[in-house]
Amino acid sequence: MSIKKVSKSQPESFEFNSDNLEKAKNEIKKYPKGKKSSAVMPLLYLAQEQNQNWIPLAAIKCIAKLLEMSYIKVYEVVTFYSMFNLSPVGKYFIQVCTTTPCMIRGSKKITDICKKYISQNQNDLSENKLCSWTEVECLGACVNAPMLQVNKDYYEDLDNDSAEKLIKQLLNDDLPTPGSAKNRKNNAPENGKTTLLDVKNA
Amino acid sequence: MLKDEDRIFKNLYNDLGWEIDSAIKREDWFKTKDILYKGRDSIINDIKESELRGRGGAGFPTGLKLSFAPKEVGSRPHYLVINADESEPGTCKDRDILRFEPQKLIEGCLIAGYAVNAHTCYIYIRGEYFREGERLQTAIDQAYEKNFIGKNACSSGWDFDIYIHYGAGAYICGEETALLESLEGKRGQPRLKPPFPALVGLYGCPTIVNNVETISVIPTILRKGAKWFSSLGKPKNTGTKIFCISGNVNNPCNVEEEMGVPLKDLIEKHAGGVVGGWKNLQAIIPGGSSMPMLPKNICETITMDFDSLIKAKSGLGTAGIVVINKDQDIIKCIARLARFYKHESCGQCTPCREGCGWMWRMLERMSNGDATYKEIDLLHDVTKQIEGHTICAFGEGASWPVQGLLRHFKKEIEKRCTDEPLVRKKTNIPYLIDQHLLEKDNA
Repeated sequence: MSIKKVSKSQPESFEFNSDNLEKAKNEIKKYPKGKKSSAVMPLLYLAQEQNQNWIPLAAIKCIAKLLEMSYIKVYEVVTFYSMFNLSPVGKYFIQVCTTTPCMIRGSKKITDICKKYISQNQNDLSENKLCSWTEVECLGACVNAPMLQVNKDYYEDLDNDSAEKLIKQLLNDDLPTPGSAKNRKNNAPENGKTTLLDVKNA
Repeated sequence: MLKDEDRIFKNLYNDLGWEIDSAIKREDWFKTKDILYKGRDSIINDIKESELRGRGGAGFPTGLKLSFAPKEVGSRPHYLVINADESEPGTCKDRDILRFEPQKLIEGCLIAGYAVNAHTCYIYIRGEYFREGERLQTAIDQAYEKNFIGKNACSSGWDFDIYIHYGAGAYICGEETALLESLEGKRGQPRLKPPFPALVGLYGCPTIVNNVETISVIPTILRKGAKWFSSLGKPKNTGTKIFCISGNVNNPCNVEEEMGVPLKDLIEKHAGGVVGGWKNLQAIIPGGSSMPMLPKNICETITMDFDSLIKAKSGLGTAGIVVINKDQDIIKCIARLARFYKHESCGQCTPCREGCGWMWRMLERMSNGDATYKEIDLLHDVTKQIEGHTICAFGEGASWPVQGLLRHFKKEIEKRCTDEPLVRKKTNIPYLIDQHLLEKDNA
């Protein structure tokens, strides 16, 4: 179970902007009539995106009203799932995978780099307020270990140098192209394929 | 080695393009209407004959699972739910299907949906796979445009809709009933079974939940025939499987191979061998983090299929192979997995909620050399107290890797243990189980 810190400074109110309200209505339409509450997670994502990547309590209230759920039911959901942030994170929110497959390929080096350049403690903002980092559990890109996620994108096949370069770029407000740092083709073996050697579209 | 023509996922590395037009050239959506016209019983029979077993970890026969859906639709609609909440450490196969072979999944959804009388399908993708979800949504839109799904899908007279639902970072939502809870907008905590989802599932309606890879291979099986599929692999362990080889290997990769392929072949031929050579191998986790590890001597000869691995007291699971060489601290590796399970326990059943934390703390102490000999048996006892005493299989998943460590590396742990008692001062607090935590050094 994840332990969540709810931010002490909260905005007084939260409303979806018209774009997101439209998106929210489309999300609700995906589910059968009378099952509005299914849309709670998609709506929380929308709120999080609208509010610089974190969810204020006022947004929980707004969503509860929209979906005709009680406040506490939405609160239960927000606090259960680790991807909903309840306090501000950096513009570049860096999640470093440290579970065993990444650990044995050296994810500790990456957390050390984050500590050195961003902040000593997880979830604290960097000095220029642009970045924050956290350790997370398996991100499901184990054959590209070690890796990290910046907002929605995966940065894979990192090593000391490429990770350091990436973090420095982020601190300079520059988001590099996601993907493998070794220019490797997706999940194929690095030094050449062993299968599917001459497949063609028929 | 499996011939390229027998591989199902020809675009596993995205050499050919993921868009619908290239997918059609790879025979996706080829005469899907004819497949549907064969009828429900024929489709399910073909899948049964192919002996396809679920690729999500448990290895349950897929044909049988599909046949559990009620034959007639009553007052409640049927649902098909695809489990794309891939979070098992060591596993990243579904990600490639979502990114590079989305049409195989979508076509599989239509066929399986038709077979279980479902007009609606939800694909539950883990929240971290946002880009993969975007890709899949584009692919779904392309399929709608061609009228392969939607109203009168493939001109078969069957209406079929597919929606994507994102998870939000909870491993437990890969458990099918937790996934359904999450889809209903609740906390993802597993339900008591029975009733099974096939009768009472999403919104209380009959629901069939299947893994991405399982559903994606169905169209190819029906097109090439059940005989073709069952001729690959071993009896009762048929077909092909995507293996993810990660950890201390020279070229970590995903590769599709026949079931029953020797583990050593996979590592030597496809992944470029163990870092430091085969002699430097310490242990291998064969099927995602939940499966007990295998020491080197078993790895020499073991073949990768459900039944052989069960015989070796492990399991195929999701076929996420994590290779650990002698440069790694094996206790630390499993301690980190224990931390994973402690973090991901949903907190519903006490043995799992508390026990996972105990296992983690004991393993940490063991790796630091602060544990006593007595604790080894105590740790084993804790794993046994969790296993089988929880609502879902998370309890087993959390305790098996620790049991694997104790089974094969007990000597390694004993080397670091001491005789020093854990509780040095008698505190005399009755019923306090974690007495040792009162002492600062143990905390």
